[in-house]
Amino acid sequence: MDKWENNRAWFLTIPVLVLVAFSAIIPLMTVVNYSVQDIFGPGQSLFVGTEMYTKILRDPRLHDALWRQFLFSGLVLLIEMPLGVLIALAMPKKGWGVSFSLVALALPLLIPWNTIGSIWIIFVRPDIGLLGAFINNVLGIPFDHTRTAGEAWITLMLMEVWHWTSLVALLAYAGLRAIPEVYYQAAKIDGASAWATFRYIQLPKMRGVLTIALLLRFMDSFLIYAEPFVLTGGGPGNATTFLSIYLVKLATGQFDLGTAGAFSLIYFVIVILLCFVFYQVLQGVGKGAKQ
Amino acid sequence: MSRIELNEISHSYLREPKGDTDYALKRIQSVWDDGGAYALLGPSGCGKTTLLNIISGLITPSTGRVLYGDLDVTALPPEKRNIAQVFQFPVLYDTMSVFDNLAFPLRNRHIDKNDISKRVQEVAEILDLTAFLKYKAAGLAADAKQKISLGRGLVRSDVAAILFDEPLTVIDPNLKWHLRRELKEIHEKLKLTLIYVTHDQMEALTFADKVMVMYEGEIVQIGTPQDLVENPEHTFVGYFIGSPGMNFMQCTLNGNVAQVDGAGIILDQKTADLGHKSQGKLELGIRPMHVELSSEQVKNSLPAKIKSVEDLGSYKIVTLNFADKILRAKLAEGASVPSDKAWLVFSPQWIRLYSDGRLVK
Repeated sequence: MDKWENNRAWFLTIPVLVLVAFSAIIPLMTVVNYSVQDIFGPGQSLFVGTEMYTKILRDPRLHDALWRQFLFSGLVLLIEMPLGVLIALAMPKKGWGVSFSLVALALPLLIPWNTIGSIWIIFVRPDIGLLGAFINNVLGIPFDHTRTAGEAWITLMLMEVWHWTSLVALLAYAGLRAIPEVYYQAAKIDGASAWATFRYIQLPKMRGVLTIALLLRFMDSFLIYAEPFVLTGGGPGNATTFLSIYLVKLATGQFDLGTAGAFSLIYFVIVILLCFVFYQVLQGVGKGAKQ
Repeated sequence: MSRIELNEISHSYLREPKGDTDYALKRIQSVWDDGGAYALLGPSGCGKTTLLNIISGLITPSTGRVLYGDLDVTALPPEKRNIAQVFQFPVLYDTMSVFDNLAFPLRNRHIDKNDISKRVQEVAEILDLTAFLKYKAAGLAADAKQKISLGRGLVRSDVAAILFDEPLTVIDPNLKWHLRRELKEIHEKLKLTLIYVTHDQMEALTFADKVMVMYEGEIVQIGTPQDLVENPEHTFVGYFIGSPGMNFMQCTLNGNVAQVDGAGIILDQKTADLGHKSQGKLELGIRPMHVELSSEQVKNSLPAKIKSVEDLGSYKIVTLNFADKILRAKLAEGASVPSDKAWLVFSPQWIRLYSDGRLVK
């Protein structure tokens, strides 16, 4: 057997390598390249080693944005996961109601993200917005999302929940529908309460889809950009300046590409690390016990 | 509880059933004695599982009543009935240990902790699961999982009947036999009523004291395995039980002779009299093992042509052409088979007559 001849098969992977190189490796390496230079303008740069990393890691505005980001993602998961599961549990199981609720739930997911922001800007306007005017004029509560940090956050959370809870609900619904009827029959015969049925049948059987929902929701909310950019522009003050918004301000606003490159890489590592941790933890849930 | 009585049970899965064909069950009338081992046997789609689910309360019948002893339970949900059910595929609570799985039905019924622990230990002992109690149920083999499903029924001291819906489908053949034996032992020890649904006649005949054969939504016969073999009350039972099934031939009666396409088969007087009294289309039935073959003409024998012989090791199946019909005969392993032409003897005591599919009697 001639080993050399077989190795030619590796050439078959070239198209994929080229594709991955252009789609991932080269852009990533460009960022790595930026991150070790101080860039003054096109064609004017200076190699500075790790200086940009040290600088960005000590930047108090980054720390603020990071904590804000964690708070935001945490709230998103805390609200959307249980709410999505509740919606899935309440959805009809047969008849025309199934298609209706599926379409209704899918709608927010089909709207372009910056359009969502635009819709909500109008929706919450205190003078003419349906929600804004209702709260201000009918309920008599003064509410304006551009006024205080609290109001901006409430509006942003409402928008985020409205936009993305559907995804969790749809995934959870798919998980629920996949549970064979016989489990419910056995639970009935065992005298299980609705809560016990949920806790010991539905929830464990949904673990797979809920893991995916959690990872997707975490990643998306952690990288959120378009909606708050359109709705609040990061304000009032820096109250809704999340990592992406701050990153874009650095990169395009101040043309600080070196710092922005270092920031991007740190951002990237944080997201990957957290996803890995989530995945490991969720895989271990219910499996760790005595075997 | 004592016995289970089904009173004029009909069930349709449609909201507005029209004809007979819309019914999955048709006017089932039956009594199941306390402590009996019953098998519900029938082909797929004959209504076995529907009937089982009606007994357990998972389905409310369209019409009719279910009685446990003297108590009408038709409207009671499954958890209020003192029955347990084991399904085709093992149903486990994956995240729980074997112990917690077994304790689950008791915890749901708020039974004292010490009593639960004692009961679970007892049942684990019976089912040989003691060593696994601390394990995660999800990691066990299919037969152990199915035993846990059964165990969840056995732990409840109120349970008087356990229903099985083809419980051995996912079990390896060599373990099937073992598990069926264990079931029989448990039945003898605990004196519970067991109702066992299956489409496998071997399983039904070896497991049950009484077998109920179902066909198109009706119970066509209830009897001991011996009854089903010797006196099938419906042509379907004759065809379904036994391998190969009973031979059936359309016939007309002429005195005590049944005419089958020119050949006359002599019946005993009693059978012939019953045949004359019946109205419908007559069929003559005889089991392959009661068709005798000889190479020479003997008294009352009829000529037939041999088409093929299958040797199945412990017996032979001979396919014959008799009066333009295909017949099967089952012969002992050592029996000699004539090569081409044979003479058949139908012993009158084993000949049954059917009118419109039902045994004349």
